[in-house]
Amino acid sequence: MIPPTGPVHRPTGPPAGPDANSPRRSVILDVVLDLVFRTAVLFGLFLLFAGHNAPGGGFVSGLVIGTALVLRYVAGGAAEVDRVLPLEEHVLLGAGLLLAFASGAAGWIFGGAFLYGAKATLEIPVLGTVNATSALVFDVGVDLVVIGLVLGLLRSLGAAADRDADDVDTRRGVAS
Amino acid sequence: MSPDVALPLLVGLPLGAAAVSLLLLGRPLVLQRTVSLVVLATMQVLSIVVVASVWDGSVVSVRVGAVDPAVGIVLAADPLGAIMLVVSSLMLWTVMVYAIGSQRTKEQAPAFHPLYLVLAAGVAASFLTADLFNLFVAFEVMLVASYVLITLGGSRDQVRHGMTYVVIGLLASTLFITAIGLVYAATGEVNLAALAVAMDQVPTGIRTALGLLLLVVFGVKAAIFPLFQWLPDSYPTAPSPVTALFAGLLTKVGVYAIIRTQTLLFPTGGEVSIALLVLAALTMTVGVVGAIAQNDIKRILSFHIVSQIGYMIFGLGLFTLAGIAGAVLYVVHHIVVKTTLFLVGGIVEERAGTGALDRLGGAMHTAPVLAVLFLLPALSLAGIPPFSGFVAKLSLAQSGFAAEQWVVTGVSLAVGLLTLFSMTKIWNGVFWGDPARAAVSLDREHVVAAPMTVATAILVTVSLAFVVAAGPLYDFSERAASVLLERGAYVQAVLR
Repeated sequence: MIPPTGPVHRPTGPPAGPDANSPRRSVILDVVLDLVFRTAVLFGLFLLFAGHNAPGGGFVSGLVIGTALVLRYVAGGAAEVDRVLPLEEHVLLGAGLLLAFASGAAGWIFGGAFLYGAKATLEIPVLGTVNATSALVFDVGVDLVVIGLVLGLLRSLGAAADRDADDVDTRRGVAS
Repeated sequence: MSPDVALPLLVGLPLGAAAVSLLLLGRPLVLQRTVSLVVLATMQVLSIVVVASVWDGSVVSVRVGAVDPAVGIVLAADPLGAIMLVVSSLMLWTVMVYAIGSQRTKEQAPAFHPLYLVLAAGVAASFLTADLFNLFVAFEVMLVASYVLITLGGSRDQVRHGMTYVVIGLLASTLFITAIGLVYAATGEVNLAALAVAMDQVPTGIRTALGLLLLVVFGVKAAIFPLFQWLPDSYPTAPSPVTALFAGLLTKVGVYAIIRTQTLLFPTGGEVSIALLVLAALTMTVGVVGAIAQNDIKRILSFHIVSQIGYMIFGLGLFTLAGIAGAVLYVVHHIVVKTTLFLVGGIVEERAGTGALDRLGGAMHTAPVLAVLFLLPALSLAGIPPFSGFVAKLSLAQSGFAAEQWVVTGVSLAVGLLTLFSMTKIWNGVFWGDPARAAVSLDREHVVAAPMTVATAILVTVSLAFVVAAGPLYDFSERAASVLLERGAYVQAVLR
């Protein structure tokens, strides 16, 4: 599974990317984003794991993590999103869908029916007693599909908007 | 293989394959093509397994995830759903073969193969689900894929007409989910079998209102009068294989949903039945008259889809065993023949660069094989004996007369004559005459790749095989109709 976490190794402060000195970058947004981004991704992961018996699940988790990515886009454009999550969106979509299908097909092995929900109670040293369900695998798939979708939207629609904005900036620069 | 495995696989396999196809993006195209063809061929085999298990008129069902039907999802195949599945999978793989051979149809676009497979999953799920809400989900899966497929290529014209298609699609979906909400409010059920039982307790007025609401929802998808304008507007601009597939399948999924809900949930007929017959007559007439005014192969054929939907609704509106059997037979015949005609239209466009009748001509001399491939399904569409269209129309007309519905039966016969006129018009415009005098001719240098012709020829052969197999096929349609009318077998299989 691809960890949908953000740029953990990135130092605090304005990014060192090619557009770090872009006049459209806001310092305030960058600083706030550093606080919010990881929190949002963590909250998304919480929703993913809480989803089986409480409000949450793969779809909501994907939306929350996707929104965090949208914040990245607002701060630094499509280039910033690419740096945070350097994956092709179709890989995320394909992997997610395949994972969901595989968890469904695994139901034939565990319960003799497609999409059968298997569950197991595990004793994990640090976490204690954990109820693991096969629905979680399905949810991870859904999560990946939603993140891939947001990524695709930001890249296809967002990149075009970035280009338009760059054009405007260039023209203004020429005028002054 | 048992239906326990076959039914979920028919829905799940194409979705899983779509995922694999997405992961293969950027690799050689041959990999995506192989995945698509293998999976669509597997769907064909699975659907034949399903038909074999319901051939005697029984109903098979599977509880997805082994969950109780009261809360879980049930997939069920009765003879109607099974025969629709077989014919649909046949269309899906033949049109895929055709698309692979085609040069101008954006099959190379990155999203084509994954979306095509998602569409296949949506179509299969629509025919198999025994749950009103999951029917909505299946429709959405199918429609979302179709929104992209219809605008593949992204020309100005396609986006303009695709917009109509998307807006109408979304509107109908909104109405659909509203209708499901109202049905649930009235009965507390969304499982179709449980609804069939619960709907009997609902007061007549509310029941009729719900029946009409669902009729409007599926009427938009099926393009019945007066909700058809989006179809001739949007279909002709799409890439040819996509148009052919949509023409053959998507509106028929709407017809299937009308037949399923009206017979299972609102079985008494009554006012809805009269409304259906009036709508059928108007749909037949308006579609065929609209076609006469057109001057482009795909546009003429698109209007004919509307006209032919009228026949299916006519059969259903009679609410007799023979009428519904005729409608089932007609749907099966229509899917094959209509797709074939669009495939021929696509070949003409690919070779000549246009589908305009006044610019083409003389193709009979330059493309004799294509002329035959057009002529056979065209005559069949018009209902000339001994083709499959004749068998289907005869059974409809007989049941119409038996039910003493003189007007609508008369209209259906007159419309058959006008259909022949339209087909003659295409024949005169494209195939007849002197190739030297046509603005563009299908000259011998511009031949299409073999898969296109082969796929078309396979479908023509299948439609001819219908004639030979007309007897058993009609008997099977009758069994499908009796399962639909009696309801008990379906309800028991789903709720067992």
